[in-house]
Amino acid sequence: MMELSLIDMVFYLFSAVTVASGMLVISARNPVHSVLWLILAFFSAAGLFVLMGAEFLAMLLVVVYVGAVAVLFLFVVMMLDINFTELRQGMLQHLPLGGLVGFILLGELVALAVAWNFGADVAKNAASPAPIDTATTNTEALGQLLYTDYIFIFQTAGLILLVAMIGAIVLTLRDRPGVRRQNISVQVQRKPGEAYDLVDVDTGKGVSLPGKKG
Amino acid sequence: MVEALYTLFGGEGQFLYLVAIVASVLAIALPLLIAVAFSVYFDRKIWAAVQMRRGPNVVGPFGLLQSFADGLKLFLKETIIPAGANKVIFLLAPMLTFTLALISWAVIPFDAGMAIADLNVGILYILAISSLGVYGIIMSGWASNSRYAFLGALRSAAQMVSYEVSIGFVLVCVLISAGSLNLDVIVERQAGGVLSWNIWPFFPIFFIFFISALAETNRPPFDLPEAEAELVAGYQVEYSSMAFALFFLGEYANILLMSAVMAILFFGGWYPPLPFLDFIPGFVWMFIKIGFGFFLFAMVKAFVPRYRYDQLMRLGWKVFLPLSLFFVIFYAAIYVYGGFLPTGG
Repeated sequence: MMELSLIDMVFYLFSAVTVASGMLVISARNPVHSVLWLILAFFSAAGLFVLMGAEFLAMLLVVVYVGAVAVLFLFVVMMLDINFTELRQGMLQHLPLGGLVGFILLGELVALAVAWNFGADVAKNAASPAPIDTATTNTEALGQLLYTDYIFIFQTAGLILLVAMIGAIVLTLRDRPGVRRQNISVQVQRKPGEAYDLVDVDTGKGVSLPGKKG
Repeated sequence: MVEALYTLFGGEGQFLYLVAIVASVLAIALPLLIAVAFSVYFDRKIWAAVQMRRGPNVVGPFGLLQSFADGLKLFLKETIIPAGANKVIFLLAPMLTFTLALISWAVIPFDAGMAIADLNVGILYILAISSLGVYGIIMSGWASNSRYAFLGALRSAAQMVSYEVSIGFVLVCVLISAGSLNLDVIVERQAGGVLSWNIWPFFPIFFIFFISALAETNRPPFDLPEAEAELVAGYQVEYSSMAFALFFLGEYANILLMSAVMAILFFGGWYPPLPFLDFIPGFVWMFIKIGFGFFLFAMVKAFVPRYRYDQLMRLGWKVFLPLSLFFVIFYAAIYVYGGFLPTGG
């Protein structure tokens, strides 16, 4: 019987939780529960990253995926009113087809991996989650890669994302006429004299307000 | 801190190491909970003083024990779970809020090396945990099965995600000056008296950070998730007894945490304002600075009216986001081309 160290036990705990919550994401009946299980899966994956020494990646996973992306998921899923049991009714009927597609994909991936002609240096330079040189921190190593070694590729990726963002805004922007907008700087600059008029009203005559009809 | 306790206990075996971890957690968490109880009292006292009232003054001397009496009262009340509520998530939400409010304190250094975990990515850890805080609110809002709670949760989700962006940019500015994500290093760069604190070079972004911190902790004037005038109490509306108390404690622990982060980033952490005051231990200065941050939070609550929701969103996305982005570029340019960049880190 192998002796389990504390690190090993934590590793098995995190990986068991990740796998179990991943299963529950697709099997939970309530979609909101699915998203919550997904969040747990993200979170324990971040724990696995920490165990591998990739602390920066772990924190980014939590900040970006758990803190922002999954919040938007939850936001949308909570507001939807979809009957998911109805959606699932055809599941058994489509299972063979889906399984076939998945199986073909798996086969192709395996074939690719077996037939891949690796370059001479690839095995040596295999990606590692934490910097090999322990003197540099995670943050430094990643910064060196992203902003010094691969700065142009990184910037190009950023530009592509920017284009996608502008595209999404252009597609959804509608110019609606007749909407009364609040312009805060105009409101703040308004002076008392412009906001009201003092009028002496003669008895029995009434008054017509300047700047208003009628 | 864990290591120090470990050697103190004898320094042998895995079990003792676990004991040392638990002991250091307790050494942070218990004083924190007491501090939270008193901070509720001080909050009410400051609020009362601004409005020329007395505030709590009946339980104990000067009303000091008021929070403990309130806690006891909440503890003895009945926990009510609404019939339509999703029970598990309904009860999980306050626990999550409270836990998340406590675990951020693991990386806060109260003195040189006096933190439970001295992480290389300490500031990112705090950002990560505070971005998780929104789940407690969303889950409670959804599980309560009530319209008020749900609206409060939706508001809170949008608000916290929006203001995290500008907090992130403010952190980047400070990190450029420190050259490290480690909280210890950030504080050590500010050694040498009040003039070398970050508050002077980073004066404009301190305001952005402070206002974003108000929004992030759902404090007035950004307490829209629980706006009592329109949403009764927002996401807390269905909660009673200890479940409510956990939300309440979590909220105040988060405010203290934001004050601590402010002290570390801008007010020189555990360093005294003048070098000859060195004989006073560092954690005392840290407490004073956290207290000052909390005082600012309490004062804002006392004299600022609540924002309207669209104004809140406008401030976050249209004012703070461009402004903080500008300051990132501005400070990065000054540090790089002015030759102030820290070396090593």
